Amino acid sequence: MGLAIGIDVGKALVVIIFLQAAFGYLTLIERKLLGRFQLRPGPNRVGPFGLLQPLADGVKLLFKEEIIPAGVDRFVFLVAPMLSLLGALMAFAVIPFGAPVQIFGRTVPLQVAGPSLSLLYVFAVASLGVYGIVLGGWSSQNKYGLLGGLRSSAQIISYELAMGLSVIGVLLAAGSANLNQIVSAQTREWFVFPQIVGFIVYFICAIAETNRAPFDLPEAEQELVAGYHTEYTGMKFAMFFMAEYINMITVSALATTLFLGGWHGPAFLPSYLWFLIKVAIFLFVFVWLRATLPRLRYDRLMAFGWKILLPVALLNAIGTAAWVALVHP
Amino acid sequence: MANLIAVLAAVLCLFMGVVVVSAKNPMHGVIALVANFVGLGVLFLLLHAEFLAVIEVIVYAGAVMVLFLFVVALLMAGTRSPQEARSKTLPGQVALAIAVVGVFAALVVFALAVHTVLAAPPPPTTSFGSISNFGTALFTTYLLPFELTALVLLAAVIGVVFLARER
Repeated sequence: MGLAIGIDVGKALVVIIFLQAAFGYLTLIERKLLGRFQLRPGPNRVGPFGLLQPLADGVKLLFKEEIIPAGVDRFVFLVAPMLSLLGALMAFAVIPFGAPVQIFGRTVPLQVAGPSLSLLYVFAVASLGVYGIVLGGWSSQNKYGLLGGLRSSAQIISYELAMGLSVIGVLLAAGSANLNQIVSAQTREWFVFPQIVGFIVYFICAIAETNRAPFDLPEAEQELVAGYHTEYTGMKFAMFFMAEYINMITVSALATTLFLGGWHGPAFLPSYLWFLIKVAIFLFVFVWLRATLPRLRYDRLMAFGWKILLPVALLNAIGTAAWVALVHP
Repeated sequence: MANLIAVLAAVLCLFMGVVVVSAKNPMHGVIALVANFVGLGVLFLLLHAEFLAVIEVIVYAGAVMVLFLFVVALLMAGTRSPQEARSKTLPGQVALAIAVVGVFAALVVFALAVHTVLAAPPPPTTSFGSISNFGTALFTTYLLPFELTALVLLAAVIGVVFLARER
């Protein structure tokens, strides 16, 4: 009993610490890659190849003065960034990031928790993370903040629908909403091939859900200064930043789990390394898209979500349901 | 353990429910309602209704309440300060609330006095609240109410489209 709880707590700590470290180095990799895309070296002054840059950034943010603007709703203003980060960290808890391993003679699954509806759990927690952005934008008593928060709520609600529908195909094909069973259903064939439509819709929605370019309208610099986090400073700003990057890692990990066979891979590398490689590919695509595509106009974004992605995802779900019912009982 | 969590979730739900109706700032009311729905989700989970619990959080806490927040934020955007947006107390509101609470409390006491507290039912099997059981119940036993609800929602959607087009 004690050992089991110890292992669970240990796993949770490892995942949280790993996500924080991954966040730090993801910002560095993003800046490096953006630099390369724009024919400049990127940050290279702090440590060898700029490898200590995230530490320098972290120390800087910790020692920044925390400013709380006059007239804000203090409680909501302080809680909003925490809500954002909480949602981002909690969603990762159910993602299986490797084959079960042996620790002290017992089999330990490499995931923090494995509830039977883990896929839906990710969506539930992710949908609560939106409140951080909306409340942060509203509570800072700033018109740019408010507009950023409102844009983000409309965008996330619209794309959440298509995203939820796009994974129904996987759910039907695997016959389960448990991420472990979805992974083991892909031992022979990855779902990305039969579910290519669902995969494309999922990935587009994932970019919109994490407010990344070309769907980064809630923080469109040219129109909204910095959007919902305009009034945030120091570590509170860093929490919003962390939430965005950890959400990127989580949607990439979910895409890997649902469509790319999770931790499955040829045996010459350990399973968690395969998982890491697949997630890294998605993260690279995120940065690549940011460096390549211009931002969409707001009405185009909404029309794209409702008039193209949603019907396509719906047709994919219906088609998969028919296939499962008729061909593959 | 489960009982303790149930009591905590119930207290959270009740407390947040009181905050929803008593908050001066409408935004705080919306936030309290979200917390209330999350507590409700925990209660569903303890009753082995896993699917219902997750759907409660996704649909109500995650989607419907974001739209509430959207509307409240837009309505409050014109006011200078949160104080200006505060709702006013209606005449007789407090007395009426106390009366209603009294009636409900009396009902609970009466029910407890008449019936002895039932022994806990045998714990349901693990598949009780699963998606397949939920779906089977929805499309067999409760097909008529389910379809009627769908009809009501369809009418609402058509109404919204019509109203929005009229400008």
